[in-house]
Amino acid sequence: MSRHTLSVLVENKPGVLTRVAGLFARRSFNIHSLAVGPTENDDISRITFVVDVEELPLEQVTKQLNKLINVIKIVELEAPTSVQRELMLVKVRAEPAQRSGVLEVVALFRAHVVDVVPDALTIEVTGGPDKLDALLAALEPYGIREIVQSGTVGIGRGSRSITDRALDRVSRPA
Amino acid sequence: MVQGHRPAPPRSAGARGVPMPGADARPHDSVAPDLGRPTSARSLAAIGPEQVTGAKAIVRALEETGVEVVFGIPGGAVLPLYDPLMDSTRVRHILVRHEQGGGHAASGYAQATGRVGVCIATSGPGATNLVTPLADANMDSVPVVAITGQVGAAMIGTDAFQEADIVGITLPVTKHNFLVTNADDIPRVIAEAFHIASTGRPGPVLVDIAKSAMQASTTFSWPQQLNLPGYHPVTKPHPRQIREAARLLATARRPVLYIGGGVIRSGASAELRRLVDASGAPAVTTLMARGALPDSHPQHLGMPGMHGTVPAVAALQKADLIVALGARFDDRVTGKLSSFAPHATVVHADIDPAEIGKNRAVDVPIVGDLREILADLLPELAREHAQHGRPDLEGWWRQIDEWRETFPLGFTEPADGHLAPQYVISRIGEISGPESIFVAGVGQHQMWASQFIRYERPKSWLNSGGLGTMGYAVPAAMGAKVGAPDRTVWAIDGDGCFQMTNQELATCSINEIPIKVAVINNSSLGMVRQWQTLFYNERYSNTDLHTGHGTVRIPDFVKLADAYGAVGLRCETRADVDATIKRAMEINDQPVVVDFTVSPDAMVWPMVAAGVSNDEVQYAQGISPAWDRTD
Repeated sequence: MSRHTLSVLVENKPGVLTRVAGLFARRSFNIHSLAVGPTENDDISRITFVVDVEELPLEQVTKQLNKLINVIKIVELEAPTSVQRELMLVKVRAEPAQRSGVLEVVALFRAHVVDVVPDALTIEVTGGPDKLDALLAALEPYGIREIVQSGTVGIGRGSRSITDRALDRVSRPA
Repeated sequence: MVQGHRPAPPRSAGARGVPMPGADARPHDSVAPDLGRPTSARSLAAIGPEQVTGAKAIVRALEETGVEVVFGIPGGAVLPLYDPLMDSTRVRHILVRHEQGGGHAASGYAQATGRVGVCIATSGPGATNLVTPLADANMDSVPVVAITGQVGAAMIGTDAFQEADIVGITLPVTKHNFLVTNADDIPRVIAEAFHIASTGRPGPVLVDIAKSAMQASTTFSWPQQLNLPGYHPVTKPHPRQIREAARLLATARRPVLYIGGGVIRSGASAELRRLVDASGAPAVTTLMARGALPDSHPQHLGMPGMHGTVPAVAALQKADLIVALGARFDDRVTGKLSSFAPHATVVHADIDPAEIGKNRAVDVPIVGDLREILADLLPELAREHAQHGRPDLEGWWRQIDEWRETFPLGFTEPADGHLAPQYVISRIGEISGPESIFVAGVGQHQMWASQFIRYERPKSWLNSGGLGTMGYAVPAAMGAKVGAPDRTVWAIDGDGCFQMTNQELATCSINEIPIKVAVINNSSLGMVRQWQTLFYNERYSNTDLHTGHGTVRIPDFVKLADAYGAVGLRCETRADVDATIKRAMEINDQPVVVDFTVSPDAMVWPMVAAGVSNDEVQYAQGISPAWDRTD
């Protein structure tokens, strides 16, 4: 098994996520994480999948995804040539005595405090999975009360855009 | 009923010089742009805008697409559509008795004509009854458009009366589907549905239209501009792969052409024939491809797979090169995949890239339309032959001919003295002839019909191959007869299958669709019974249907035929077979049902048991070819 990140451009229409997610389920592929959001074009949404599969099934799932009428383009984002980030919010116990220790961890990881109450802090952090794991390990002794985490989003390095040609196609007169 | 009696109108759209792009299922390049390009060149043909209701827009879109016939049943949510449909002089509606029958009829029509088949159902149960034929068409790549009524847009999601999320339900069993809640979208979506169904790898498309959208007013204009940014089927093959395939085919010592249903869908039989002739290679045609190459062709080894001929199975196993054309290495063909054709290099040509490498690793992948692939491959092969000479296939043919001589298709007369089903089916094929269309259900009779009828042309053999839908034959034969009224259409059905969908005999009688049904009545679910004989110690759990010799005969198929306004005949002895078939051939003004009461003990041979290697093919029970001796 190896981990792959797929960026999938889809038409921004109702039900498209169901089509894509249903295909993964139907063909027995496990989704590790998933993130959906708008793009610079109103007609296009972008889904980022992280999947654990072998090379051959990955090719098959890519081909099957491409068969979905609403899927416009699929790009695999390789780690060295892309930037991949997750967002995590962590609620950690922080009595006045421990607060400075927690804030030190926050500073070390270039995280932010987004909510404060007398006995707890909520921290916002972005990064790759390794960084988020390390942060959690550092906060563990203080008492983690709640975690929420987004799926991975990723973008290729350099000036090229994967939406360029897809946009051409959308605006092309039929 | 009034509508049903109306004869099919002439192809009015064609006569007016208006292109009918969506209705032509052959996926060639010109189809898509024609549909969607309202250019000045087409301005003479441009229609509208007309002020219409959404329902009328559906009818107008069907008319302008060139649809001549639709199969359906009205109901609450689709009532608005049936009102303008009644006035259409270009679209004939045939009222079926069950939505499943309507779906299979659309599929039979499509498979017999190459055009898109259309069926209509209401919301909820009407729509869910279409699930089986849609799944069937999806597995066999049949271009079908299903239009379903949906509850009003404001009611969707409220568990309203006869509400079902048919788009969600059919998502995994259609090529694509749409939910339309805005009347303005109707013409474009219908155009897109026909385009998707008929191009690339053909398949079923469902369009679910809210009743409120049918009732709303909108404008209709034609042609429509398609908006499918993610749909670009590749039809033109890559020249480098073509060259490589030609090189391999010109140098292989034991090549086999493995022909699948894609050849029939793409209309590539003529090109295929030229490739078979030019290459000198043996060819096998799968269950979906019977008729793609004439059975009379000397290089044709018959059907491969679980019930294939020994020469076809053996040739694939021993091949050093397999050229797969529009086939998908289905488990019924390969047997145990890891031991399938162990020495073969594989060239795999298909319009669907996802089929390539799905089951069997491929050495030369070719994505494209088979007509274009074959058209490109032929000159490349000729060039290879000119440069390097033709390959010496003499030794290969000597071995194949030995197999053909030792293991021809055949059958033994049943020990109980009753009719041999294989004899009945082969006589139907011989008497009715190759210009007929034969439509089978699923089971033993299907395999015998594939084995013992000689197919000489594409689209003469229809069956449910991928999904294996019992009950396919009668409604599909009805659809085929509507699409090809001048051909004799035989449904070769089983007594189990026939009882699943024979209600469409009413549709056939009332609408003057004179199909012929041969019920190969072995009084049991024969294929299941065969497996119980072979693998379950002859314990016949729930396979006896009590319709044959020495039973209560419930139902009596002759009386049943009579009740439906069809002619019912019965044949129980070999001596009567020819006369009965000829009698059935003479009746052309109403449907005929012949109850051929046959032996329940007849089995389908050869056979490769499920999950074992094709090397273990049995020619007949307990008789396997000795490969090492013939190797």
